[in-house]
Amino acid sequence: MEPTTKTETLDIEGMTCASCASFVEKSLTRTPGVQRAVVNFATEKATVDYLPTQASPATLKEAVVQAGYGVTERAPDTSAADRQAEIDQQKALAYVKLKRRFWVATGLAVVIMPLSMLMLWPAMMARVNMQWLNYGLLALTLPVLLYSGREFYTSAWNGFKHRAANMDTLIAVGTGAAFLYSLAATVVPGWFMRRGIMPEVYYDTTATIIALILLGKLLELRAKTQTSAAIKALMGLQAKTARVVRSDGQEVDVPIEQVKLEDVVVVRPGEKVATDGLILEGSSAVDEAMLTGESLPVEKKAGDPVFGATLNKTGSFRFRVTKVGADTMLSQIVKLVEDAQGSRAPIQRLADKVSAIFVPTVVVIAILTFVLWFDLAPVEARLPLALVNFVAVLIIACPCALGLATPTAIMVSTGKGAEHGVLIRNAEALEKAHQVNTVLLDKTGTITRGEPAVTDFVPATGQDAGLLLQAVAAVERQSEHPLAEAVVRYADSRQTVMVSASDFQAVEGKGAQAVVNSQPVLIGNFRLLEEAGISLPPAVRQQADELLAQAKTVLYVAVAGQAAGVIGVADTVRETSAAAIKRLQSMGIEVVMMTGDNPQTAAQVAGQVGITRYFAEVLPSGKAGKVKELQAEGRTVAMVGDGINDAPALAQADIGLAMGGGTDVAMEAAGITLMRSDLQGVVTAIELSRQTIRTIKQNLFFAFIYNTLGIPIAAGLLYPFFGILLSPMLAAGAMALSSVSVLTNSLRLRSFSPVKN
Amino acid sequence: MDTPEIIVTLAGLALCGFVIWYFFFSARQTASAVSTISGVQEVDITVKGGYSPDVIEVERGKPVQLSFYRDEENSCSEELLMPDFSIRRDLPAFKTTLVELLPQQAGTFTFTCGMGMLRGSLVVK
Ligand SMILES: [Cu+2]
Repeated sequence: MEPTTKTETLDIEGMTCASCASFVEKSLTRTPGVQRAVVNFATEKATVDYLPTQASPATLKEAVVQAGYGVTERAPDTSAADRQAEIDQQKALAYVKLKRRFWVATGLAVVIMPLSMLMLWPAMMARVNMQWLNYGLLALTLPVLLYSGREFYTSAWNGFKHRAANMDTLIAVGTGAAFLYSLAATVVPGWFMRRGIMPEVYYDTTATIIALILLGKLLELRAKTQTSAAIKALMGLQAKTARVVRSDGQEVDVPIEQVKLEDVVVVRPGEKVATDGLILEGSSAVDEAMLTGESLPVEKKAGDPVFGATLNKTGSFRFRVTKVGADTMLSQIVKLVEDAQGSRAPIQRLADKVSAIFVPTVVVIAILTFVLWFDLAPVEARLPLALVNFVAVLIIACPCALGLATPTAIMVSTGKGAEHGVLIRNAEALEKAHQVNTVLLDKTGTITRGEPAVTDFVPATGQDAGLLLQAVAAVERQSEHPLAEAVVRYADSRQTVMVSASDFQAVEGKGAQAVVNSQPVLIGNFRLLEEAGISLPPAVRQQADELLAQAKTVLYVAVAGQAAGVIGVADTVRETSAAAIKRLQSMGIEVVMMTGDNPQTAAQVAGQVGITRYFAEVLPSGKAGKVKELQAEGRTVAMVGDGINDAPALAQADIGLAMGGGTDVAMEAAGITLMRSDLQGVVTAIELSRQTIRTIKQNLFFAFIYNTLGIPIAAGLLYPFFGILLSPMLAAGAMALSSVSVLTNSLRLRSFSPVKN
Repeated sequence: MDTPEIIVTLAGLALCGFVIWYFFFSARQTASAVSTISGVQEVDITVKGGYSPDVIEVERGKPVQLSFYRDEENSCSEELLMPDFSIRRDLPAFKTTLVELLPQQAGTFTFTCGMGMLRGSLVVK
């Protein structure tokens, strides 16, 4: 009889790529009793046919775990936020354990210290049996060593086995040496006395060093969790549920993981937008500060994109889901920041080289210190002096501060950047940005809005401005020309009464005409009027010439066969551009503009924002060449652009800044992406990078100076001249302080805020 | 120089020599990746006071899957950094963390703990 097979479906956890799926599959197939296993990466599910006589769900799970993945018991719930939560929980637990170990060490050290001091008090010394006191101290120190300090010894031993030495090696060898010496002095004091050495014990040193180092670690752990606070906050922004409209029109709240592409989602005032999509109906103002750093809510209407995690303020709307999960803007920002935090800054290379050889070198220095003191000190004191200095060198030389100097600053600043809509691709980009002395701006879309807007609306003599605008808007509403859109936007912003136009007709390359209030209305270029046989009165012609002189596009309007006015249209400069450019200039950066426009328009815009050097009539293919030209002058160039055709120039520049969320191509080529279409972001990026590099330099200086000065002092270099020796306990205190102060310095970057104009 | 001084001096110098040889010049543990049928190069790495193996050889252009099993609680090894691949990962204690990457250039790329003390290298051929 055929044995009956059972089928089990497992939710697999932790698969990050398609190849993971094959690992799981292979592991499951190898399990005895499994007849068939299919793992789907996309759905994160494994379907397994197995013989219940030979395998069970438990053995299947074991096979998955063996492959290095997990099985979720409940519904699939594998979001990055959840995995992060688990890691956080583990860290919190570690923190609690560390705290307990610290308090045990501190509590005992507080007792050990005064007891050790007894010996310095002759009257007491006579009354106390030193032998018994030493045994008492030993009993008190053992828990400090075996409970509080155990990790140092196991870690040092593990490291030793792998031919790796870490900070724990130093602490373990240092405190271990002090303890073993004291142990010998306690158990066999006669051996020391016969050689003319007082059998001194260093239990207080051992206990205090362990307590102080644990304090340092405790503070360090607390500060370290704050370095990644910004990215965690960003991840926490994700909405948990979405209100999905079912095909029958019913609205249901579903967990965000179950939202699919093409779903229709309802967002009410005050709610978070669940995921990325396009508005189908309704309009609202949406607060996108969390993604773009833009503090003002953005108006949204049908057809506009909305992004997950942003906050809907006023109206309600429905949107069609276009992106879910890892594809959303929020996830991409998180990923970008995480990548940047994992990258290495060139400035760190020296520190990297030093820390690789640091610990063994320090151990060698400590041994030499011991030998020199032993050989040179007076015979009766040589052993304790050699020991104390040996321990002091080991303890003070801990390179934690060096290791923390760069990464912590980068963690904080990349997170901070994201908060302000400045996404830094990697640490190298951050470092490059601070060296920039020339910013090259592509005019259209960066300085200007990149879309035409009505700048002048000039009715001819005798025309009513309001009525004329009504008529013009009525015609243009039916046109699809970008200039017509500009006119409609202008009319809307003036709350112009809507009237209807009939018999609309677009005239290719010239303009449009229609009938409004039973009068024919023409809007277009000069040729449109000319061909209709309408002549321009001198006043209107003069107005038009003036607008043309300002490098504006001129639309001519005629009503009922009469010239009725002119409209000036131009790509307008953003309100913030001039201020941001001024700010860059005040930072000592030269701002250069380039544009495909004619020299006249270029001069006009440059003058408006205070730029003196510009390149006009630059072809899209020539943009990268202009960057090279500036670089040939010996400048470090930051290129700011927003389009696909800017990508070569962005890549050619020392640092590229892609603006306005950018196209993917521009983002790929850019070192920094500005989420907001605003030059203010350029200022923020450069200021942030300058401040970060300053912080890193301070950190490195502090860490290096501390070790280069600390080691010789601990070795006793000052003793022959000034009689100064560094007590190992002081060394421990200084060591704990050094890493904490480096961290604190990095955390100061959290208070960074861009200068507002 | 009396006898103890001579003993301490010689022992000290010998110890220095040993430390230098042991940490800088002794042979490293090298491992080559095992390629699977699907073309993925797999390597198991144990993290315990260091990475073993700590030199990993892989081929260029094929995906690599490193499974790091962190066999200790000591905070030194809680983070893994592979700066050349922009990877920063938390390694939870007593768990396996998978790191996937695609080496596209030949060369030696170091990976370290968060402070750069524990080191290993990925040799791409
Ligand atoms: Cu340290």
